[in-house]
Amino acid sequence: MEKVIEVKNLELSFHTFAGEVKAIRGVNFEVNKGETLAIVGESGSGKSVTTKSIMRLLPESSTEFKNGEILFGGKDLLKISEKEMQKVRGKDISMIFQDPMTSLNPTMPIGRQIMEPLLKHQKLSKADARKKSIELLGLVGMPKPELRMKQYPHQFSGGQRQRIVIAVALACNPKLLIADEPTTALDVTIQGQILELMKDLQQKIDTSIIFITHDLGVVANVADRVAVMYGGQIVEVGTVDEIFYNPQHPYTWGLLSSMPSLDAAEDKLYAIPGTPPDLLAPPKGDAFALRSEYALKIDLEQTPPMFKVSDTHYAATWLLHPDAPQVDPPVGIVERMKTFPGSRYYTGNAGGAN
Amino acid sequence: MTKYITKRVVYMFLSLFLIASFTFILMKLLPGSPLASAAKLSVEQREVVYEKYGLNDPIPVQYVRYMGNLVQGDFGTSFQYKNVDVSYLIVKKLKYSAILGAQAIFVGTIIGIILGMIAALKQNTIWDYGSTIVAILGISIPSFVFAALLQYVFAVHWQILPVGLWDGWTSSILPSIALAMGPIAIAARFIRTEMIEVLSSDYIMLAKAKGANWFEIAFKHAFRNALIPLVTVLGPVAAGLLTGSLVVEQIFAIPGIGEQFVKSINSNDFSVIMGTTMFFSVFLIVIILIVDILYGIIDPRIRLAGGDK
Ligand SMILES: Nc1ncnc2c1ncn2[C@@H]1O[C@H](COP(=O)(O)OP(=O)(O)O)[C@@H](O)[C@H]1O
Ligand SMILES: [Mg+2]
Repeated sequence: MEKVIEVKNLELSFHTFAGEVKAIRGVNFEVNKGETLAIVGESGSGKSVTTKSIMRLLPESSTEFKNGEILFGGKDLLKISEKEMQKVRGKDISMIFQDPMTSLNPTMPIGRQIMEPLLKHQKLSKADARKKSIELLGLVGMPKPELRMKQYPHQFSGGQRQRIVIAVALACNPKLLIADEPTTALDVTIQGQILELMKDLQQKIDTSIIFITHDLGVVANVADRVAVMYGGQIVEVGTVDEIFYNPQHPYTWGLLSSMPSLDAAEDKLYAIPGTPPDLLAPPKGDAFALRSEYALKIDLEQTPPMFKVSDTHYAATWLLHPDAPQVDPPVGIVERMKTFPGSRYYTGNAGGAN
Repeated sequence: MTKYITKRVVYMFLSLFLIASFTFILMKLLPGSPLASAAKLSVEQREVVYEKYGLNDPIPVQYVRYMGNLVQGDFGTSFQYKNVDVSYLIVKKLKYSAILGAQAIFVGTIIGIILGMIAALKQNTIWDYGSTIVAILGISIPSFVFAALLQYVFAVHWQILPVGLWDGWTSSILPSIALAMGPIAIAARFIRTEMIEVLSSDYIMLAKAKGANWFEIAFKHAFRNALIPLVTVLGPVAAGLLTGSLVVEQIFAIPGIGEQFVKSINSNDFSVIMGTTMFFSVFLIVIILIVDILYGIIDPRIRLAGGDK
């Protein structure tokens, strides 16, 4: 499969007054052509920083890239000049942010904001850029687009503004679209509409998407593959089915268990105990060990490597080591695993878990 | 919008009424009279003058009469200049003060904006510190110190500009610069803070993510958003200029309203003090009203919020 982008061994720190914040500690992933990769994890796990480093949008003065490369179109984005990077941003890679209420310029008509990347990257004439912008607004489902070109952001609702931001992002048919929690700030019904729109558009323009969220419920809906992030590292990666029905990392178990489900009778939601690690002084070994009831002794001493579960599924937990003791995941997770062919609890034809 | 403006204008007249009453009472509480320095007058002559100007009447009567005249636009006549209408006096002197004030606010604000932009775009560099120092000096050093300094350097030492009095436009240069220090400092600090805040906002991040270069970020996206709120400080700036002009006009012997005001206080010229006070008040209140309306016009969020309803 053709890789659109490949992040290799990314390690970066912020230098702050409190000290060095080791925000990203060795991240590897790739996004294939036409697929949607979801990155999930609690807030503070480094999802935004990872994607902002792809776009090189982090504050230059305090960010230190310590290691790694970001390969895109045969180039390492961390090595090219700022000028070259400006040609990538908005053209080959574009971005949608979390809060549509603040991501549009309040004193610029929205038409001009959509036209901007068209004028800049595609060198369209003003009239053509206008025409294309109206088309884009129609594409993202804005009624009467030509009348709304001259209006300012405050004249639109949150959902409409996010549609405008999506129109801006898609203006130049990017190869990669990064959506950083694009629905988190919206209410539930609007969330659904925006997700539908994104799925719909992805089919139409054939772009790859990195979809960031802390809400696993959204993931099942949009993603092909999922990367679970914790404490500046990716702890498990696999297809949606693998992550939902054959999860291996205790952190993924925790995330899945804390997902509200419609058929769950109990009204109390599970919450992962404890707090995310302090990235000023990240713990030794498996960063999740201190919050995990499944932690082994070695978890506190040595960082687990990525163990292979299948060709598409990897997880960084010592539980996958051949010498590790057999432990049973939480009941809810076992229930899920029973339906997944290839999991050790699969009951599909043989019946009976071992 | 019209409803809003009508309401504001009503409040404006209410404020003016209160200011006029208050100043009147203060004047009457002050010791001294317009004739205090005219020692040569006999008691009888004094009585005649007092009678003529109604100064012997009970204060409430004087008050009602004065306010009545004021409403009709009659500020009375000056005591220090024979038979000169206060309104004529104000109009005659206004020209000089207006030139100084307009130059100071125009040039000062532009220089301030430039300094503030440099400071924000080159944050925490020598440029930033330099412009911050200029701003702090401009705010903390009173304009009369600048006035004296400028006078010494340019008029006395190098003798390239007039020391004082009004002798054509060149006479306005030094006092205008002295007055401009305040607006420079206020605008520079304000724009720096606003720019830094705007530059860290989400829509600037999005503009960057669209591939904008730093010039487009700074001038197409950030500048307008940082500039709009600057309008709100124009009121305080104008007030600062007004008080500054009282002293600066005195130092440069510019025959403006500020100088006239000080002169009238020294000579207890009751009607001129009242007249200039009223003029200053109207000036400030109108400026503040204009600023508010202007803000509504240039900020699309307010403009349309008002227009829809
Ligand atoms: N500019 C910055 N300076 C210092 N620390 C930062 C900065 N940006 C992010 N961080 C830290 O990096 C970590 C990851 O943040 P982020 O990627 O925003 O998390 P999330 O997964 O919620 O998107 C957090 O601990 C955050 O405090
Ligand atoms: Mg985030």
